[in-house]
Amino acid sequence: MNLTAEMAAIKDEIRAYAIDYGLDFFETIFELVDYDEVNAFAAYGGFPTRFPHWRFGMEYEELSKSYSWGLSKIYEMVINNDPCYAYLMKSNAMVDQKLVIAHVYGHSDFFKNNLFFSKTNRKMMDVMANHAIRVQRYIDRFGHEVVEDFIDCCLSIENLIDPHSVFRTSPESSEQNGAATNEHPVERFRFRSDKEYMEQYINPPEVLKKQQESWAKEQESKMRVPAEPQRDVLAFLLDHAPLQNWQYDILSIIRDEAYYFAPQGQTKIMNEGWATYWHSKMMTSKILSDSEVIDYADHHSGTVATSPGQLNPYKLGVELFKDIEERWDKGRFGKEYEECDDYREKANWDKQLGLGRQKIFEVRAMYNDVMFIDAFLTPEFVMEQKLFAYEYDAGSGYYHISDREFQVIKQKLLFSLTNWGQPFIFVEDKNYLNRGELYLKHRHEGIDLNINEAQDTLHNLQKLWSRPVNLETVIGGKKSLLTFDGSEHTVKELDKAEPVKAE
Amino acid sequence: MPHRIEKDRARFRNIVRGRIKKNLKKYITQGELIGRKGKELVSIPIPHINIPKFRHDPRQAGGVGQGEGEEGTPIGRADGTEPGAAGSGPGEHILEVDVPLDELAEMLGEELELPNIEPKGKKNVVSDKSRYTGISQTGPESLRHAKRTFKRALLRQVATGTYDPRNPVIIPIREDRRYRTWKTKQEPEANAVIVYMMDVSGSMGEEQKEIVRMESFWIDTWLRRQYKNIETRYIIHDAVAREVDQETFYHTRESGGTVISSAYKLAKQILDQDYAVADWNIYFFHFSDGDNWGEVDTDECLKLLRNDLIPPANLFCYGQVESPYGSGQFIRDLREHFNEEEKLVLSEIADKEAIYQSIKEFLGKGR
Repeated sequence: MNLTAEMAAIKDEIRAYAIDYGLDFFETIFELVDYDEVNAFAAYGGFPTRFPHWRFGMEYEELSKSYSWGLSKIYEMVINNDPCYAYLMKSNAMVDQKLVIAHVYGHSDFFKNNLFFSKTNRKMMDVMANHAIRVQRYIDRFGHEVVEDFIDCCLSIENLIDPHSVFRTSPESSEQNGAATNEHPVERFRFRSDKEYMEQYINPPEVLKKQQESWAKEQESKMRVPAEPQRDVLAFLLDHAPLQNWQYDILSIIRDEAYYFAPQGQTKIMNEGWATYWHSKMMTSKILSDSEVIDYADHHSGTVATSPGQLNPYKLGVELFKDIEERWDKGRFGKEYEECDDYREKANWDKQLGLGRQKIFEVRAMYNDVMFIDAFLTPEFVMEQKLFAYEYDAGSGYYHISDREFQVIKQKLLFSLTNWGQPFIFVEDKNYLNRGELYLKHRHEGIDLNINEAQDTLHNLQKLWSRPVNLETVIGGKKSLLTFDGSEHTVKELDKAEPVKAE
Repeated sequence: MPHRIEKDRARFRNIVRGRIKKNLKKYITQGELIGRKGKELVSIPIPHINIPKFRHDPRQAGGVGQGEGEEGTPIGRADGTEPGAAGSGPGEHILEVDVPLDELAEMLGEELELPNIEPKGKKNVVSDKSRYTGISQTGPESLRHAKRTFKRALLRQVATGTYDPRNPVIIPIREDRRYRTWKTKQEPEANAVIVYMMDVSGSMGEEQKEIVRMESFWIDTWLRRQYKNIETRYIIHDAVAREVDQETFYHTRESGGTVISSAYKLAKQILDQDYAVADWNIYFFHFSDGDNWGEVDTDECLKLLRNDLIPPANLFCYGQVESPYGSGQFIRDLREHFNEEEKLVLSEIADKEAIYQSIKEFLGKGR
């Protein structure tokens, strides 16, 4: 901690308010850093050390440029860690520092209490540093190019994880159950018959044969690895891809980090909304001095500003939290309210329940963005906030507003949040065509993949798998198979009947 | 800490450099770089380097936004400024990368396989220049890096448990010591002057001048890397010649006839006045459409070249830009009379695509 005495006093003051309001956070350590350091931290996803990779350099380059051109400025960074680390930009005005400190306590509380963060490693600062050292050792040993190329491949599929898997108590051990029986396949289905002449009536040969066949099929699918489609592609590769030790280690590092960052992607709107809610609450009711009001208002309005194409997670989050608080304060929920048809009565609905504060604390603990939007987005809110859905118009080359219908907007919003708005990809088979080929399947939900990029990704994946890799997806309504065999990309349609000659 | 990110940044720049090199031909013939030239850096736009992932096609996905507008109101173009979905959508960004001119010249050299120039005569003086470039585990005590040594020692003591925060005494041992290392670079001490001459007669159109401009830019970039001290002079001529500054050189549009000898005379004059032949490496670049006015003048030119310009010069390069009006006779005359002359390089530049080859012809001799 390197705060000035003045700031340390302010910090203590804000910390006391936060505790008064019931926030429950990790001990939070603040560091004052200059713009260059904050850009470097930001490029590293908030951490002081990450494994060496050019991607961080690129992000740093972009952040530095955009800072020096005056396009963007990072006010703070905060890390989900125990203790929580927060970096404050040295050049912030004092009123900004106050806002940012209050904001950080909001985040810290969220990290500590939100269910989806509960499985993250709270000593990630150390873990990241260890990762960096391990990767650096491999670089020293095998050379920069080799290791970096491999990391490129891993990063290409870093999003293919299953964020829910951390909540499953028992890992899939069901594979073992089926394999035990060693009965003779014919005996297995035969009923016992004492009388030989009855045999063909009790055990009709054709039925037996059918049963055997279906049993064989079932066995075969049990033999298939994975037995069930597996969403955690990274874990599957760790188990089954022919990796050298160092490659295995690097892939597992990438996977660990992906899981660590996953909840932040799942709760972006809530997390920012929550922190914004608390900074505005604390600033306006406790902290601000008269002379600071204008600057605060200016900064705060910047934080929650919206531009037509973008949905500002700060804005959406804070407004929803406020909306929830109001609804639960006034009792605008439940059967009675839902079923009320009188518009005016609804508008003036106030049962003076005062449950708002309690409710939002509950929400911050139990929800993620998808659940948050699903449960609390209301038609009134959508209208008030002027939300709209947009679509791409191939004719003009523009995105344009397509709809203001509540259901459409909600659906689009949920879609863009589910699985971070990314496609669902499963491993189906590691021995496709009995040739050791990897078979992935894209669960198509109405939107095609970006095919060029998918092919580039297959290219990288193939380097890990070393045998050909396949991806089943849908292109323009047709079920298709993308294949990369190490030298050539092919695309072929699946399910197509044998070409019929025109008569 | 900043040290660490600098390493990643350097890796990234290496990758970028690779990309630029791969596309250098494109950059050479497009000429847009010239406008992006700062004092020592050129800012080059390259497509954002993405790590490919399985992603939705953003055009099909659409999304949710916030604000005013009727149905059908456009909110952003698909290329470049893509509206992000909640969170941030992946868009095709253009990345601006600053590349030092030196480095660009180096790439140019590698790409065109240009030999380094050997400065002529006694000016072939090389001076050694030492630079601290790294850290090593051995070295003279005078170059010991105290901070690094201290850090190593601290690290070791913490790791072995002999560090006591209440009594933080750090004692470096042999293995902890770190020393600065240096590299010696040889730099030619030579001076050079480049005299650019351009025909701005009526027959040289905008496109022809653009070609000259681009080619000069690259020649300049390359020569600047080769010489420590470089001076450039610019002459434009139609029927009469005059010396101008760089700005005017590239942007004037004159008209009138073409008397090449006028430029050569002026060049000779500049040389006589300011540059002692013994002390300077001298380069002439002359661009014209080759439509000289009359044989009398051509004879005059040949004489000037033979007696006054070629002997002191390292190179005399004549680039003939193809123009719809010119007869292009001049290059044939030169070819005829100076067939044996090594210092005279002739190149015909048909269009922008040919710049690449032409640079190679001019500078490929290493003179």
